[in-house]
Amino acid sequence: MKKMSILAALALSTAMTIPAIAQAKTVNLTTTLTSYGGQGAYLAIYVTDPSGAYAGSLWMAGGKSKYYKHLTDWTRFTGGNAGEVSGITGASVGSGRSLELSMDLSDALFDAGYTLHIDASVEDMRDSPNEVAIPLTTAGAGTATKGRRYVSSFQYDF
Amino acid sequence: MTRKLHRWPGLFAAILLIILSISGAALSVFPALDRVSAPAVAQDQTVAALAVMAQRAHPGVEQIKRAPSGKITVWWFEGDTPGSAVFDPMTGQDVGSADPSPVEQWLVSFHRSLFLDDTGRITMGIAAAAMLVLTISGSLLVARRVGGWRNWFAKQRGPKAGRLHTVIARLSMPFLVLTSLTAIWMVASTFELLPTDEASPIFPAQVSSEVGFALADVPTFQTTPVTDLRSLTFPMTGDPTDVYTLSTAHGVGFIDQGNGAMLAWAVPGPWTKVWEWIYLLHTGQGAALWGLILGLVVLSVPFLAVTGTLSWMNGRKGRPRLQGMVSAGRAETVVLVGTEGGSTWGFAATLAKELQAAGQSVHVAPLSGFAPLKYTAARQIIVMAATWGDGAAPTSARGALDLLASATPTVPLAVLGFGDRSFPAFCAFAHDFENAARENGWQILLPMDEVDRQSPQDFARWGRDLGTALSVPLALNHQPTAPRALPLTLISRREYGEAVQAPAAILRFALPKVRLWHRITGRGFGRFQAGDLLGIVPEGSSIPRYYSLASCSANGFIEIVMRKHQGGLCSGQLIGLEVGQTAQGFLRPNPDFRPDSKQTPLILIGAGTGVGPLAGFIRTQGARRPVHLWFGARHPDTDMFFDEELTAWSDTGQLTGLRTAFSRSGERHYVQDVLRQDATALQNLIADGAKVMVCGGRDMAQGVRDALSDVLAPLGLSAAALKSQGRYVEDVY
Repeated sequence: MKKMSILAALALSTAMTIPAIAQAKTVNLTTTLTSYGGQGAYLAIYVTDPSGAYAGSLWMAGGKSKYYKHLTDWTRFTGGNAGEVSGITGASVGSGRSLELSMDLSDALFDAGYTLHIDASVEDMRDSPNEVAIPLTTAGAGTATKGRRYVSSFQYDF
Repeated sequence: MTRKLHRWPGLFAAILLIILSISGAALSVFPALDRVSAPAVAQDQTVAALAVMAQRAHPGVEQIKRAPSGKITVWWFEGDTPGSAVFDPMTGQDVGSADPSPVEQWLVSFHRSLFLDDTGRITMGIAAAAMLVLTISGSLLVARRVGGWRNWFAKQRGPKAGRLHTVIARLSMPFLVLTSLTAIWMVASTFELLPTDEASPIFPAQVSSEVGFALADVPTFQTTPVTDLRSLTFPMTGDPTDVYTLSTAHGVGFIDQGNGAMLAWAVPGPWTKVWEWIYLLHTGQGAALWGLILGLVVLSVPFLAVTGTLSWMNGRKGRPRLQGMVSAGRAETVVLVGTEGGSTWGFAATLAKELQAAGQSVHVAPLSGFAPLKYTAARQIIVMAATWGDGAAPTSARGALDLLASATPTVPLAVLGFGDRSFPAFCAFAHDFENAARENGWQILLPMDEVDRQSPQDFARWGRDLGTALSVPLALNHQPTAPRALPLTLISRREYGEAVQAPAAILRFALPKVRLWHRITGRGFGRFQAGDLLGIVPEGSSIPRYYSLASCSANGFIEIVMRKHQGGLCSGQLIGLEVGQTAQGFLRPNPDFRPDSKQTPLILIGAGTGVGPLAGFIRTQGARRPVHLWFGARHPDTDMFFDEELTAWSDTGQLTGLRTAFSRSGERHYVQDVLRQDATALQNLIADGAKVMVCGGRDMAQGVRDALSDVLAPLGLSAAALKSQGRYVEDVY
């Protein structure tokens, strides 16, 4: 039941049309890429629950679902189902560029053992699943994290 | 319709196609560079051996990839720091940076999307589709122009831009079809318009959750050769649920890191296989040599874009404005033009101006608007028509035959055909038009004549006939392309004919300094053959007179035989030319009047100054095949041109047989009479496969045709039959 409610909350966040509902807050996600020098990077931003199971997707940067298989962890969790990111998809992010997202996320996601993941992939370069994996905590807000290969910094702010 | 399908996509897509082809050609170099720089692979090396080597070099190895070029790249983590390098599978050493070339990245983005993302991809996809339409419509046009697919590689003639366009296009056509088709496929695939069936094994629900099985002992790695490897991804350090992911030429699978067992395996479907071939064919990745060839061939595209646009512009500007043209209803002479490329307009304008100068009122219009009832003041209609393909109406004559069929005959009609004698349907449309006119009861002003390859001589000859028929003097000088004349210095002259009041001479000019460019391209006086034409521009006139060359460029001099004509401006100046003086001349190739390269006998028949080019042929051909000359002159003492040489050549055997006919001496007969006497010899030579070359005046040529047809009748042959086999050629003046 709990999982369902979170999924519902995530679904709400995806619509981004409801300004501020009860038990939700507006969260800004900022992802800055290193100057790795290749084509635009595909990024899947998603959340796993305290047991490590997939909870839902927050954003997909990259419009062509045929390339999603290179976001290998996300693909394993979702079976590569593009429906998971329908309506929350944008352009891929160029080398050295930043992606700024603003979304309403349920309070229940924070300080409850949920982890935010980013999978990254660049054409003709190394796929980088689990590029970023940070726990969602109130205290962690505003703290920049370095990714493994393509993400120079990621942070979320309330 | 086909023409429009060629013209408009071509003009609109030209710039995009130039961009696509140049960037594509530049990109084609990279697979070759990769191939050259890729370290060698031992043919029997296994993935197990490679993986062990990579792990020894980089304990934190994450992934090994093998590019189609054979280049192996390794990615690893050293602590938190990611690293990557090109890896030599023989030595186990890093041999270079794995970072993609920024130049290649830039070119790829530019080539497929002009840095405009999806908008750019769609634009480039449309450009590729335009190229496909262009190659197909262009092929149809070539096939139609040369009279069918069988003649695909027929020799091209005509205006330079159009000719080069066709010559280059038919060579590159298959490659351009392939590269545009594969491009369209790739764009369609990017936009997910094609089914996908890539190998995507289901991630196993259960793994051993153990770690540490020796890489070298994994059975799949032991049995997979490196040459089949696409990529091997290692499990994430510290995650016992993760697995090895192996991608090979045959499929993709997951392998347990605890026991080396294959957990899942999937093979790609047919669409993916097709995609891989399409990708290889388009990019050359994995087929570097093919990529280079394709890259080289697509460089023809900028060239085609430029020549195509030029020939379109030439066609447009071909239609000249005629000063003082009257309306169709008020013209005494209506000139109707059927042309494809537009060149016939120039001839029509020349005719119209001369008629105007003779006091006539003229109207010039496309033949497609044939409407005799409108020509109320007309006294004659002149049709000047080219032919399209194997006998079809050219663009500006569309529907003219239907209009003619439904029209009531009015005033007399004259038809002049334009074409290229080397094509089977020479002047076919003009013939059809004249035949239809005759059948419908039109009065024919003068028999139809033909202009071969825009020949000014042919046109001038027809002009004289037309002038006679109209009782107005017509001197038609139309120079489609005015060549640049050079001063030629006379180095020797031999005089003949004084005694018979017909002064003639063999004039030898020094070869002018040939510029290197002309030497390379064979233009100007860079390269010429006996039988080609020397145009001499006399002082006081811009109209050149043409003389057949008796020498080739290898002889190192320019030689002609000429006779002074009564009141002739040019011949008058030439006959008076002293050694050391100069005349203005230029070269015009005459490729139809050349001996072939066979070893069969050559029958040369000439009269008067017509012996000039034939003497040139004896010089060049005599040593390698039997050559027989039948030579008609007036008197052996006055105009037996080349008398000394002919004697010398006969003595050395360079000239196998020489027969002469003198019209004012001895038996007083013509060369055609001697031909009849020599019937048996001629029959034998023809049976041996001899080629006949005739040079002389019109009447003489007709006489020779008749005589030879009579002589050859017992063999079931005629001059016309030999002509159709390319064994009977004439140079007639």
